[in-house]
Amino acid sequence: MEKLEFRFPAQPATPAAGAALCGVVGSGNLEILIRPGDEADTCVVSVKTSARGFGRIWEAVIAEFAARHAAGGTRIAINDMGATPAVVSLRLGQALGEYTGGVQ
Amino acid sequence: MNAPVANKLVLRRSYFEASARARVAAVLDAGSFREFLPPEASEPSPHLAVLDIPGAFDDGVIVGSATLGGRPVLVIAQEGQFMGGAVGEIHGAKIVGLLRRAVQEKPAAVIFMADSGGVRLHEANAGLIAISEIMRAVLDTRAAGVPVIALVGGSCGAFGGMGIVSRLCSAIVMSEEGRLALSGPEVIETVAGVEEFDSKDRALVWRVTGGKHRYLTGDCAELVEDDAASFRDGAIALLAGWQEPVPASSTLRAEQARLTERRQRFAGLRDGLDVWQALGVAEPRQIPLMDRDSLVALKKGLPA
Amino acid sequence: MSLQHILDGLFPAGHDVSVHGQLVAGCAQTALGTVAVLGTTDAAAIGHDIALGLAGRVLDVVDQHPGRPIVFLVDTKGQALSRAEELLCLNGSLAHLARCVDLARRQGHVSLALVTGEAVSGGFLSFGLMADKTYALADAQVRVMDLKAMARVTKIPHERLQELAVESPTFAPGAENYLRMGAIEAIWDVPSAALLEAALAGQQAAGPAADERMARGVERGGRHLAAATAAAVVSA
Repeated sequence: MEKLEFRFPAQPATPAAGAALCGVVGSGNLEILIRPGDEADTCVVSVKTSARGFGRIWEAVIAEFAARHAAGGTRIAINDMGATPAVVSLRLGQALGEYTGGVQ
Repeated sequence: MNAPVANKLVLRRSYFEASARARVAAVLDAGSFREFLPPEASEPSPHLAVLDIPGAFDDGVIVGSATLGGRPVLVIAQEGQFMGGAVGEIHGAKIVGLLRRAVQEKPAAVIFMADSGGVRLHEANAGLIAISEIMRAVLDTRAAGVPVIALVGGSCGAFGGMGIVSRLCSAIVMSEEGRLALSGPEVIETVAGVEEFDSKDRALVWRVTGGKHRYLTGDCAELVEDDAASFRDGAIALLAGWQEPVPASSTLRAEQARLTERRQRFAGLRDGLDVWQALGVAEPRQIPLMDRDSLVALKKGLPA
Repeated sequence: MSLQHILDGLFPAGHDVSVHGQLVAGCAQTALGTVAVLGTTDAAAIGHDIALGLAGRVLDVVDQHPGRPIVFLVDTKGQALSRAEELLCLNGSLAHLARCVDLARRQGHVSLALVTGEAVSGGFLSFGLMADKTYALADAQVRVMDLKAMARVTKIPHERLQELAVESPTFAPGAENYLRMGAIEAIWDVPSAALLEAALAGQQAAGPAADERMARGVERGGRHLAAATAAAVVSA
């Protein structure tokens, strides 16, 4: 298992729920939990992944997510069992959608 | 006249393939579920972290309260996609806590969506003890007059200790795709050889452990389609007028007689086909091809 | 240790216990009066016949000897592994046995299980762990799976599991681990009438047994999470 931490500037999110969960920690899948963070313009992401050595790919996927979405003011926790970058992007979008009640 | 059929097709959601959270949302009254120890208030199992495995916030089981057909129920839903739904320390304790709550709260029922291979080997002792605690807690719940209804139709079925737990419940609602047994076919094949049980022979596995077989032999109460709405309807139908029996020697004597008679009657049989024939099914080979309604009708027509 | 040796140690005042295949059944004399003795020997694999045989005898005790304590002797390598057993829903017969043990408790029979040899998985669940209290002899082997097999299935190196097992009682075989986690009440050096009678007398004095294994696990420092988690669900 590898633990990774990322912080990216992002436009503030407007939460509709106190927290949102998406996905399941199953083979090739992951769960993403979004909770309110401390800094309105920062997206803080912590990842626990079964696959070692993919830090730079995680960084790229999450940087792109933070750049494209209003995801600031959040604390995102990810438990991963080897999801592909495409699945990670998809789940991040779904989780944020749920957190903001569909408003992005 | 075609519209309702089309609607039904559109709305059908495979229970087998759904996540535990999707099952909870689809089986219980819409919007009624309140989760206890939700993910945002939980931490993944430290036992898995020690072994370098990412955990899940809910440790693979969701517990909470809801209504079903307007009646208050407590709910357990195991997530088969996370470590095969297997029971570890936190996972098991959430189930035990839910059942103890049911003893106090006396809801109309506990709905137990089982989807588990049994003990989580990574926490083997904690898992085995937890299953023992679940077994006693299920019986305490029933003794308090609260029925516990097991729904078995997930991708991991109900095996190992969870197979025992399911049979301790008041009744089981099962789909054809559901599987219910003690040892998994893979385990038997590994220990006793492929001649004993070929776990790759999916048709055989279903003839031995699957929903249709368990229904025909009376080990599950209801057979439903692989569809969340059908599980919902099955559970509601079972609960209507259900009277949880007081634990009594006479009830267990009757079960003892049923199991003993069956053991003698089907001694030496090794395939569901043989059992169905012995039960009086004229064309046992047709059973795997039959739809749910035809099978239910066929069972009604079998000699007692 | 032979069954005869165990019975002589536990019941010096006399016992009338017979062995049917690997099923052990009978009664014995103690300071508390006659007790029922039921169980398995020679690391029995529990199939329908043993499960139903034990279940029927538990019901006989309940029906014919109200209040008689039940001593279960546990020596099982687990459930019988065969297609024919599974075809007739072996989990159902094990559940039935568990219900019978549970019924005896509700009808006022104290029960105690003693692991005399092996105690593995399904066989252990169906009666040993269903008794009010479970004890083990010092050389008992209690497990779900040995560490080598566990390493294969979990794909975690055997050496790593051995290393972790020194600190954690959570997964490695051993009666001592089950003691620390609260599922085994005590480990007895020898099969002793004094220990057995003290245990049964204590249970009779305490009245109907609730499941206190989680609390024991906390007290003994072997299982911290279960009690708090279950309590949090009850009060959520």
